[in-house]
Amino acid sequence: MPLDAKTSKDKKTFKSVGTSPIRPDGLDKVTGRARFGADMSAPGMLVGRILRSPHAHAKIKSIDTSKAEALPGVKAVITSADLPKHKGADEDILINIMARDRALYDGHAVAAVAAIDPAVARKALKLIKIDYEVLPHVTDVDLAMLPDAPLVHPGRYDGAAENEHLASGLQEKGKAKSKRKSTNIVSRYDFGHGDVKKGFKQADVIVEHEFTTEATHQGYIEPHACLANVSSDGSGELWVCTQGHFMVRDVCAALLGMDVSRLRVTPSEIGGGFGGKTTVFIEPVALALSRKAGRPVKVVMSREEVFRASGPTASSSIKVRLGARKDGRFVAAEAVLKYQGGAFPGSPVEMGAMTAFACYDLPNVKIVGYDVVTNRPKQAAYRAPGAPMSAFAVEGCVGELAEKLGMDPIDLRKKNAAVEGTKSSYGPTFGPIGLVETLDAAKKHKNYKVKLGKNQGRGVASGFWFNFAGNTCVNINLNVDGTLALAVGTPDIGGSRASMCLMAAEELGIPYDDVRAIIADTSSLGYNDVTDGSRVTFASGLATINAARDCAAKLCERAAKIWGIPADAVKWENGAAHPAGSNAGNFPPLSIKELAAQAHSTGGPIAGHYEVNADGAGPSFATHVVDVEVDPETGYMKVLRYLVVQDAGKAVHPAYVEGQFQGGAVQGIGWVLNEEYIYGEDGRLQNPGFLDYRIPVCSDVPMIDTVIVEVPNPGHPYGVRGVGETSIVPPLAAVANAVSAAMGVRATTLPMSPPRVLAALKSKST
Amino acid sequence: MSNVHVTTTINGDETEYVCRPDESLLDVLRDRLGISGSKEGCGTGDCGACSVTLDGRLVCACLVMGAEVAGHKIETIEGMADGEDLHPLQQKFLEHAALQCGICTPGFLIAAKSLLERNLDPTETEVRYWLAGNLCRCTGYDKIVRAVLDTAKDMRKAARKTSAKKSAKKGARHAA
Repeated sequence: MPLDAKTSKDKKTFKSVGTSPIRPDGLDKVTGRARFGADMSAPGMLVGRILRSPHAHAKIKSIDTSKAEALPGVKAVITSADLPKHKGADEDILINIMARDRALYDGHAVAAVAAIDPAVARKALKLIKIDYEVLPHVTDVDLAMLPDAPLVHPGRYDGAAENEHLASGLQEKGKAKSKRKSTNIVSRYDFGHGDVKKGFKQADVIVEHEFTTEATHQGYIEPHACLANVSSDGSGELWVCTQGHFMVRDVCAALLGMDVSRLRVTPSEIGGGFGGKTTVFIEPVALALSRKAGRPVKVVMSREEVFRASGPTASSSIKVRLGARKDGRFVAAEAVLKYQGGAFPGSPVEMGAMTAFACYDLPNVKIVGYDVVTNRPKQAAYRAPGAPMSAFAVEGCVGELAEKLGMDPIDLRKKNAAVEGTKSSYGPTFGPIGLVETLDAAKKHKNYKVKLGKNQGRGVASGFWFNFAGNTCVNINLNVDGTLALAVGTPDIGGSRASMCLMAAEELGIPYDDVRAIIADTSSLGYNDVTDGSRVTFASGLATINAARDCAAKLCERAAKIWGIPADAVKWENGAAHPAGSNAGNFPPLSIKELAAQAHSTGGPIAGHYEVNADGAGPSFATHVVDVEVDPETGYMKVLRYLVVQDAGKAVHPAYVEGQFQGGAVQGIGWVLNEEYIYGEDGRLQNPGFLDYRIPVCSDVPMIDTVIVEVPNPGHPYGVRGVGETSIVPPLAAVANAVSAAMGVRATTLPMSPPRVLAALKSKST
Repeated sequence: MSNVHVTTTINGDETEYVCRPDESLLDVLRDRLGISGSKEGCGTGDCGACSVTLDGRLVCACLVMGAEVAGHKIETIEGMADGEDLHPLQQKFLEHAALQCGICTPGFLIAAKSLLERNLDPTETEVRYWLAGNLCRCTGYDKIVRAVLDTAKDMRKAARKTSAKKSAKKGARHAA
């Protein structure tokens, strides 16, 4: 029997949950049959291509599309003039998908064409004449905050955020009240409690550093792709690779002035997202082209477009101060975080600030975060948005404190670890959490006992992510043969359909193979929030369990009808209806297959349903341990072994939980080793391709060892916590701590690519 | 530019098509022939999602022209299984959960098959370097490498059995 919310602290035995069967979509994915974003076509389909600004910041004085329109084979050309104007929340999205009067970053869309084939489309783009007036630009977060910085949105931000900050007395030393009328600082966030000034006075040791991280890209292997088909009556269909097709529907309908009911969005298989596919880029453009051309239009981004014009994460500049007593107890912590999130507000600095010190029980803590705009593409979510950078800075200081105090880094973390009842640095008090359990398991692991050689170093770091829940709607339809069709509305990005099938099978007591899960389109299911915040296995799982319970209740009613007893005298157990007790009567159980076969004569089809705006997502903590070796001749850094220990609450499909741990760790390793957005003096991205933006390849990394810790989340019937994001929070810090130990000098700038390692080694020797 | 008429062999089937001289084999496969199992992740030969074999040699289909494969033999992911029977690598990828989103999987399978055709007893390092031309962003490569090593082990065992059977048969014939 499954757990209940009240009893989820107890150890329970599961039948299906906790096994790792082959996923329902697996066969299609190993045979090439699975259809991703770019794999769909439609009769009469046109090719859509987007023209992009070569300038980091420029006024668009005029656009002449007449020659492109006259080119044979061109069926539609659009600019911002073809899109309705919007104010409010949608305005930034609208301007981001098609520049209006200014191009705000290298790669910003300025016009689009639909043509009969790619060659004609390419030719048409070249025929569009744009008169640009190049404006001064800024791409660096610290430079964007200077008084004389070029303004990304002159007049839009009045300096209130900055002045409010200055007035509250939390400013960095030496800064006077701003006299600027306009600024690139969009907003400011404050978190914390206690009195840090007093706290630092109690400290025996204080560590303070400034850190920077470069922007990285999610690096999903599948570029954005969609196929739009708008008919002459204004109704439309969209096939798209996205993490949230309901979001795509609602945003596109709003941007294009369509009724939501007239746009049906079907999610393709999705070739990676990591947060990068939680917004729209090409989808409204494809719809607008299709509407104008009166034919289906397919738009697929090139890899260069993905780098220049989708949503990488923020770059950051962070200052951390951490004070501890001789015994290792932290007494005060302070951080100032500056994140640039591109040309529009919304960098993940708020979440960076909230997560920065979340691992620790701190008497005095103060965190300030600034959201800054620059001439870069508008950032999008990237796996635990904002958290890896602040963890890099904070955990770097924790690592240095351990060295200064001569303490084991795991012991030091354990001494200060947040536990159930700790008031978190961002406000709420934690319920049951598993940080200490991850630290204990990490210390016990064989990797922690390996002796290190010359030029080698070990790094430890912990990390936290909130996990989200949100709007979720699930349907279960019982088929005539007793198998189940399970429809969920959260795109499956890493095997979640298997987890849903496991939970439905568990709840109904039937074999895993008797449940088939699909991701339903927007017209077949109620609204579902995006696949993000590590929410799917938690929230869609919770809804699946409840839909299965709904289904079981209806099955019990049918059995009651057959037996001629009241429905509440029937219980569901092991895949069959049973009389609830001896008083109910003595009937042999009716299996799900028997009840399904008789459904048409007992009241019609049987279905289970559940909808919820869920809460109760349990936070997940992790501790990573990594050993690296640095080559002092070349600055090349090799990761020798890597361990991820993370709390999953309850691992529904352990193999895919491990996969999340391993994938997050390796993305984080990439962030440390090589990955960075490199902008030239001209504000143009210099490395928009996988050759120069180098994500880890197979030979860069070792096996990633994993330990799944299970501290049940009381907010889920089976104790599940989200696992997808926490795994990328510690690696930046863990690897940086390891390389710092190997070099004998602290790494404060990411990525620690070979030239930077060499420079750090040089700075140590001089 | 006039189109080129090409006759080639794809997954054992003789195939004819016309394409522009500047069209990649990947574009031909996906857009002209509807063989869309090979994926385009970059179009510049960096990601390996379009890995196919050309006369048994592992190549990126995005770096081969559609017009230059006339008379050659191309194998894609669609030709990897033998009807209903999966190639051992396909089965092991499923069992080891060696795919998450699955977009890179066709390329990895083709590349891994190409490795095992040359070396049925690769070390972990050899697997990692052979597959270094294929990018995966989801798995961290751990389960992919394990799946390939495990397949190689099983295939070696199967090969030993077959050769043992063969030599036993041979022996039996000699005895007779």
